[in-house]
Amino acid sequence: MKTFIATFSMTWRTLLARKVRSFLTILGVVIGVAGVIIIISLGAGAQSLVLGQITKLGSNLVGVLPGKSNDSGPPAAVFGVQIKTLTLSDVAAIRDIGNAPNVTDVAAFVRGNTTVIGNGESIDTSFTATDGSYPRVQNVEMESGEFFSDDQANSGANVIVLGYDVATAIFPNGGAIGNIVKIKSSGNSGGSIPFRVIGIQKKMGTVAFQNQDDQVFIPFSIGQRQILGIDYVQFIRAKVNDTANVKSTISDIQNTLRRQHRIGGNDDDDFSVRDLADAIKVLTSITDVLRMFLGLMAGISLIVGGIGIMNIMLVTVTERTREIGLRKALGATRKQIQNQFLFEAIILTSLGGLVGIVFGSIVSFLISIGAQYAGYDWSFIISPFAIIISVGVSVLIGLIFGIFPALKAAKLDPIDALRYE
Amino acid sequence: MLIQLKNIIKSYDNGGVVTNVLKGINLSVAEGEFVAIMGPSGSGKSTMMHIIGFLDRPTTGDYLFDNVDTKNFSDDDLARIRNERIGFVFQSFNLLPRTTVLDNVALPLQYSSKKGDAQARAKSALEAVGLGHRLDFMSNQISGGQKQRVAIARALVCDPKVIFADEPTGNLDSKSGSTVMHILERLNNEGKTIILVTHDTSVAMHAKRIVTIRDGDIVADEAVAEAERLHSKEEEEA
Repeated sequence: MKTFIATFSMTWRTLLARKVRSFLTILGVVIGVAGVIIIISLGAGAQSLVLGQITKLGSNLVGVLPGKSNDSGPPAAVFGVQIKTLTLSDVAAIRDIGNAPNVTDVAAFVRGNTTVIGNGESIDTSFTATDGSYPRVQNVEMESGEFFSDDQANSGANVIVLGYDVATAIFPNGGAIGNIVKIKSSGNSGGSIPFRVIGIQKKMGTVAFQNQDDQVFIPFSIGQRQILGIDYVQFIRAKVNDTANVKSTISDIQNTLRRQHRIGGNDDDDFSVRDLADAIKVLTSITDVLRMFLGLMAGISLIVGGIGIMNIMLVTVTERTREIGLRKALGATRKQIQNQFLFEAIILTSLGGLVGIVFGSIVSFLISIGAQYAGYDWSFIISPFAIIISVGVSVLIGLIFGIFPALKAAKLDPIDALRYE
Repeated sequence: MLIQLKNIIKSYDNGGVVTNVLKGINLSVAEGEFVAIMGPSGSGKSTMMHIIGFLDRPTTGDYLFDNVDTKNFSDDDLARIRNERIGFVFQSFNLLPRTTVLDNVALPLQYSSKKGDAQARAKSALEAVGLGHRLDFMSNQISGGQKQRVAIARALVCDPKVIFADEPTGNLDSKSGSTVMHILERLNNEGKTIILVTHDTSVAMHAKRIVTIRDGDIVADEAVAEAERLHSKEEEEA
């Protein structure tokens, strides 16, 4: 132990005596380790953001999308492909307590882009056409007024609920409730449809990557028939009475829809039923691949850093040929010389690793602050795993890339080394 | 006998051309002697010293150190002998740059099996060469004469039987050279065996015995009469 401390302090002083050289030597490892730390931290932060967005919806929601899906990928509707197999009668069937006993509420959706005109303002935004159960399904609260009822939705009453941002943009001074706004129809009628504002949704921020405040809500039938001119449902969300019943409800809904769609035997579903766990799985599988790829890049930069260290160590061995000869003349064995240079390489890379961890953490922290400033729910996460891996890899790189220069030093003949000018 | 060379031959094979640098050296040095090895450059005196100092091995011949045949010694055995039984003083000092005087002197102890208190031993070795007041100086902040005295202290720190000095005054002015020679004489008087390699007769005359080598052979081996011996006056530098 005493020997170790003596060797360490000697090596430390040797390295301190060449501060600039030592710093430049470890720069590659610093950047490599910082890269690993930043990538792992950003990956974890992005994942927490994704998970946060999804879990805000609530964990007891089941979504139904048209088009089949399997374990290998998400349904085609996710990629914007129009599939028309879901209908309002499917929604009614899911709502039937005999089919899915644990479903408490079901909401059908169609969505589109539109322009809202009112109070002398004109706003480009998106509309969501749904039914009266929407606020219960998605835990929505109202800033003022109220959401439309199922009756209003089914009868196609011309009533509208504004998202918070839309409301404040059109009616900056309040007084939205009871006013008339017009929605441009991009569908068959071509004109614009007047709506009476009956409610404003509370400010919600982004949920599942949608700005909940930059949209308007209109009754389902108007959005479906009059504005979009379609006769199918884009997606369905069902609320389950208890998280524990989510899995059984998924199969209830699957069975119901297979009956509805007359899918028999072993034929594939033409729809997909997913809960949030599935959605999270899909998203994390994508981010995991990204993280692995970026981690690989950082790993490569670490190896390049290691080669840099080897280069400098080789130069150092040549420069210090006389010193090596002297040490041998004074009684150093091959092994002692070899260990000295190996030790220097390991200390250098470990130091590079530590500096890289600090540097990478600072950068990750600044990025998380920036993301939070931009309004994202981004957590600053430095996993101990990342730190252990980085330090371990740094030491390993010192060992691997230090051994060749160290062996070269150990093999030097003391006489040749002493004569070396 | 401390050192016994029996028919030592050293040859180098240079692309098929074999050069005999040492052509059968026989030499004995007893403990406590002060021997100067003289000869012009290329005579083989440095090669001989490298072999006696275990920095090199003979091609053929026997080398008995302290009455032990060294033929089958491993590299590690030789490293230990260099560390514990021998001290080297070089013409160009060979101090570690950017390192304190004290740490330079303590360097051999780092490789020693019996370290003791390295700092204290290095300090007393430096005091023995009159540099007890320069412990914390960097090795490049002191004069040439002081550097060579640091090198002598480093050679002494492991308490060796024999000190090899290869042209110790070669890079020094005459005054510093005289101080260095005086220290070597004093060490010899205290019982250390000193083997000095030089081509300078006036330096060699400090020794008690002069061995002259020419073209790889010993051509003369004579004692220096006490009357002819040069004695340096102690001229410690401030």
